[in-house]
Amino acid sequence: MVSIHVDNASVDFPIFDAKSRSLKKTVLGLVGGNIATGAKVPTIEALRDITLDLEHGARVGLVGHNGAGKSTLLRVLSGIYEPTRGRAVVDGRVAPVFDLGVGMDPEISGYDNIIIRGLFLGMTRKQMEKRVDDIADFTELGDFLSMPLRTYSTGMRVRLALGVVTSIDPEILLLDEGIGAVDAAFLEKARQRLNDLVARSGLLVFASHSDEFLADLCDTAIWMEQGRVKEHGPLRQVIRSYKGRDPWSAGALDS
Amino acid sequence: MSQPYRWEMGARPPRGRSCAGTSRCAGSVGAVSTVSTAERSPLSRAFGDLAEGWRQRELWGHLGWQDIRQRYRRSLLGPLWITISMAVTAVALGILYAGLFGNPLETQLPYILVGFIVWGFISGCINEGSEVFVANEGLMKHLPSALSLHVYRLVWRQVLFFAHNLVVYAVMIVIFPQPLKWTDLAAIPAFGLLIVNGVWVALLAGILSTRFRDLVPISQSIVQLMFFLTPIVWIYSDLLNNPNPAVAERARIAEFNPFLHFIEIIRAPMLGQDQLLHHWLVVLGITVGGWVLTLLLLRRYRSRVAYWI
Repeated sequence: MVSIHVDNASVDFPIFDAKSRSLKKTVLGLVGGNIATGAKVPTIEALRDITLDLEHGARVGLVGHNGAGKSTLLRVLSGIYEPTRGRAVVDGRVAPVFDLGVGMDPEISGYDNIIIRGLFLGMTRKQMEKRVDDIADFTELGDFLSMPLRTYSTGMRVRLALGVVTSIDPEILLLDEGIGAVDAAFLEKARQRLNDLVARSGLLVFASHSDEFLADLCDTAIWMEQGRVKEHGPLRQVIRSYKGRDPWSAGALDS
Repeated sequence: MSQPYRWEMGARPPRGRSCAGTSRCAGSVGAVSTVSTAERSPLSRAFGDLAEGWRQRELWGHLGWQDIRQRYRRSLLGPLWITISMAVTAVALGILYAGLFGNPLETQLPYILVGFIVWGFISGCINEGSEVFVANEGLMKHLPSALSLHVYRLVWRQVLFFAHNLVVYAVMIVIFPQPLKWTDLAAIPAFGLLIVNGVWVALLAGILSTRFRDLVPISQSIVQLMFFLTPIVWIYSDLLNNPNPAVAERARIAEFNPFLHFIEIIRAPMLGQDQLLHHWLVVLGITVGGWVLTLLLLRRYRSRVAYWI
């Protein structure tokens, strides 16, 4: 069964400045014995005591200001960061979509990029080969797929990336915003595919600043502030307390 | 680093024991799949990392090839340049040192060539290993994957380089036939051992130098120095049998150089020379010792690497 259980998880980032990242300080620290001041690496507490239980079917939006810990939480859920304290147990095949461009190689063809990105997202080569036609259809890139990616415009790259990402079958889908730079007509199409993808996946966690997208994809939300979960509940209610107003009420349209 | 981290609490018990070996899990390849179940010990997670990376061989196999093709993209001869530049280096240095040392070319050239091919693999694993995680920062921060994935990709790339260079060896064997025997097939398990060692070396160098960035230039300088200290251009047995006892005595110090033994177990069979058991024993010892050390490090710091990059 697909599920996410996070239990009192905290994430602390060690911040190594140029000096403490080098051997010098460690070596000198040992020699001098001045451990209390010299050896301690300053840390940033990115997440504090997060407890979260999400089951199959959950459609959760993550809201909060920049630096509130949304992306870090997504990275914990994907397994990139293991909590420094507490624990996170994730059951299911996770597909993290944080940056549409990562894992894309400008020097190889669009087709090869589809395969590689797919492999990174946990698909097999055969599975991806079956989907190439579908992706070609959706992206409308046609013969460009055999051209190296560097010849693509920004918009074309986003199309390709979206095409690949929306073609997979994840059990747990982790989406970070960054879906933009596409023309309006294409966005409409992408939204449909995105909706389908979300419908296919067992569990969605989606970090976004866009009320519209959140309303499209999520039914509950988590409001993060300073690395903590400030509120977790129905989407509309959380957004209302986060923004101080209801973006979907009639009154909000006038203001 | 003073804080004791509780490992069992981490987020990525890589698809627990419950699914190891079942077809479903084997099929659903991917660093991205995480099916965690029971609590796992840090050591079994270290092994899990190695196994998880191995399951993704389709990915790193592809990426390793890609790296090679990438390097020679749009060049007419492509990866054949690896072969050509090795041939040019070996021939030029073979002639040079044959002259300098007064050795016959048919001895000096094959010796330098095989030494260079093996050394290329060793230095590649160490030098690129020390940068393996830093170089893959983008991937590691956006797509979860086993640490070993990046290491396997690197070592696989070195294997491909090695294979390209073997073409030069094949040509050389035709021009300067060596007294090869059936027992010289020992070169194959010897290279296997070299690969197994390449993995731990790259993993160890990668973890350490991600934390301590100074180790990158340090290890690169050491590797460069070791090239001269290792019998690659100078012929070890000649110095050992030097009539001047002082020189012979000094040559014996080379036995303390671990690289010597790795080179010897491959070079001796490839050139049809006598194989000495003690080189094998030293290499086996290093293999076990190196893996134990690397597993201990992986157990302790596997999940910290993402925080360090």
